Amino acid sequence: MGEPLLAVRDMKVHFPIRKGLFAQTVGYVYAVDGISFSLEKGETLGIVGESGCGKTTAGMATLRLIDPTAGSVVFNGEDITGFNRSRLRSMRREMQLIFQDPYSSLNPRMTVNQILEHPLKIHERFSSRQRKERIAYLLDKVGLSAEQGRRYPHEFSGGQRQRIGIARALSLNPSVIIGDEPVSALDVSIQAQIINLLISLQEEFDLSYIIIAHDLAMVEFLCDHIAVMYLGKIVEFASYERLYLNPLHPYTQALLSAIPVPEPRHTKQRIFLGGDVPSPMHPPGGCHFHPRCPLAGEECRRLEPSPKTIESGHVVVCHRYQ
Amino acid sequence: MLLDIQNLKTYFHTFEGIAKAVDDVSFSLEQGEIIGIAGESGCGKSVTAQSVLRLIPEPPGKIVGGKIIFDGQDLVARSTSQVRSICGKRISMIFQEPMTSLNPVYTIGRQIAEMFSLHQKAGAQEGWDRTVDMLRKVQIPAPEKRAKEYPHQLSGGMRQRAMIAMALACNPEILIADEPTTALDVTVQAEIIDLMLRLKKDFQTAIVLITHDLGVIAEITTRVVVMYAGKIVEQADTVSIFENPRHPYTQGLLRSIPRLGQRARHGARHLQEIQGMVPSLTDLPAGCSFFPRCPEAMSVCQFNLPDLIETDPGHTARCWLYGDHEQEACERG
Ligand SMILES: Nc1ncnc2c1ncn2[C@@H]1O[C@H](COP(=O)(O)OP(=O)(O)OP(=O)(O)O)[C@@H](O)[C@H]1O
Ligand SMILES: Nc1ncnc2c1ncn2[C@@H]1O[C@H](COP(=O)(O)OP(=O)(O)O)[C@@H](O)[C@H]1O
Ligand code: SF4
Ligand code: SF4
Ligand SMILES: [Mg+2]
Ligand SMILES: [Mg+2]
Repeated sequence: MGEPLLAVRDMKVHFPIRKGLFAQTVGYVYAVDGISFSLEKGETLGIVGESGCGKTTAGMATLRLIDPTAGSVVFNGEDITGFNRSRLRSMRREMQLIFQDPYSSLNPRMTVNQILEHPLKIHERFSSRQRKERIAYLLDKVGLSAEQGRRYPHEFSGGQRQRIGIARALSLNPSVIIGDEPVSALDVSIQAQIINLLISLQEEFDLSYIIIAHDLAMVEFLCDHIAVMYLGKIVEFASYERLYLNPLHPYTQALLSAIPVPEPRHTKQRIFLGGDVPSPMHPPGGCHFHPRCPLAGEECRRLEPSPKTIESGHVVVCHRYQ
Repeated sequence: MLLDIQNLKTYFHTFEGIAKAVDDVSFSLEQGEIIGIAGESGCGKSVTAQSVLRLIPEPPGKIVGGKIIFDGQDLVARSTSQVRSICGKRISMIFQEPMTSLNPVYTIGRQIAEMFSLHQKAGAQEGWDRTVDMLRKVQIPAPEKRAKEYPHQLSGGMRQRAMIAMALACNPEILIADEPTTALDVTVQAEIIDLMLRLKKDFQTAIVLITHDLGVIAEITTRVVVMYAGKIVEQADTVSIFENPRHPYTQGLLRSIPRLGQRARHGARHLQEIQGMVPSLTDLPAGCSFFPRCPEAMSVCQFNLPDLIETDPGHTARCWLYGDHEQEACERG
């Protein structure tokens, strides 16, 4: 397999909490607390977990839209952690972001054509004719008409706006697209359209995706490998087959069991966790999950478990597997 | 029958014209039943619920037709204050965003205790004890301590439980829950679902559950109303809706959702889409609202609105596939 396209090692993002007149740092939010993952060309990595576990922060830090507190991001064999602004800028054409909320991520005063032309003007030395051709090509790829290019974002539905966002992300021929909850703001009947679009674009352009989401059924559909996060850490990493057919971490098992199944006669054993996710300002000692874990033992309170590879590509962080 | 909604019409006057947000909606609710209202955003689920409790902002909105029979009285014919006093403690509503019904400046204990003193004439100490008891029933840990906290000090899941506690404080006969778990994580959602099932069992509370999540609908409801563009398009018991959907929209919805394990077990990699998008309520197609997206559309569908037709006993669908369309279209001219 060789070098992965993207490799994140021991990444940490700690946000300082400041208080008082002199804005002293009184503590930290351990939003991302030492995560590692890699992404191969043409594959999709999913990052799942409950609200506040650090998914968005991890995605932002990978793009260096937030500076990580520690760790490295190696993209195409180069460590981008020390890149200066101009090198970062050219790296960013290679890694694009699509957002959860198609409503707020598009400039309301620009037509779709202008929105799509913007990155082409900044990054490419295209003639205006070349830009026009590129825009027409992009609109067609995401299923919009040339006529729609002359309209403004407010004239579109949520699903269409997400198509515009995808066209914009594609405009500079990136190799990686990070989607932060790319379909969760959309209606059920529209989600399938966008998921199918993402899959067909990936096949056509050999794109690599990082999909951040909380809908595990959608993630299974879209992702080849999945990282399950809890309180700033990855607790399990596996292929979609293994994660869904043989989840090992007690948290993954609870998450999967909690998903309501659209089959009324289906009954399943549900694992209730009780309590809420603790604050990432004061993560519990030992295993972060121990206050909610139905299987927690004495050592879980004292010792932090370390990652254990169960089988090639399936890693779990839990004392039960040490 | 506890609540009987008949041909309800609630319209909004907008710049684009009249939006028929709820158009000829009828369903009823029995004691101890959980009925689900499913459908995509903007199809009129919330407006239906808000019409019952007269929460529609007027103008621009107005109930322009139909009846809402509760306890032998037609709520539509009553004034807003009469509706409030009739329903006050007997019908409670919970919302997607708990902060809309919790007051940020009072402790949650005080707000719930107020419900007890208002509706059940409980004294101060009794009201407080029952509040703590109710918080315990909705599974808020350390309820004595939490009762003294303000809404912002609770997590999203706990706020939602506090709101349910408040809604239950007056021991309502009907609980209307509008997307009560949409903003919550699945693990917390599972607990709220479990809580609602226990309410039904222990208190015989009838619940109207509004959600776009078909998984949640399948888990707890016994009957389902599917809405599309302001109208009911299908209604049946929950098992029939999922196992024998009749309306092409319901069929399309059920096919378009990814199912857990579908790819891992069967390698599925393509979702069946519903083409196009939901029409604007101010610019609806002349005939069947689903016509522009329907894979089964026939010529009769374009200009003739189908009625709700009984396809199986207790199962209705608003679709020409099940009616004698030639004859009916003729009769209507
Ligand atoms: N700029 C910031 N300053 C301080 N804390 C932050 C900042 N951004 C995020 N956080 C905190 O870091 C933690 C992780 O946030 P993040 O947005 O990454 O979560 P998430 O997993 O994306 O959640 P969601 O599913 O709700 O989007 C949260 O506790 C959040 O409050
Ligand atoms: N206050 C209002 N003014 C104008 N239109 C409204 C108002 N409230 C709701 N509507 C319209 O009524 C329709 C149904 O809304 P709603 O019942 O909230 O949908 P949902 O099924 O998502 O709950 C929507 O098209 C919405 O735009
Ligand atoms: S280490 Fe212990 S507490 Fe943590 S997940 Fe494993 S069993 Fe549970
Ligand atoms: S009435 Fe016609 S267009 Fe409407 S759902 Fe039925 S078949 Fe489709
Ligand atoms: Mg996020
Ligand atoms: Mg609503």
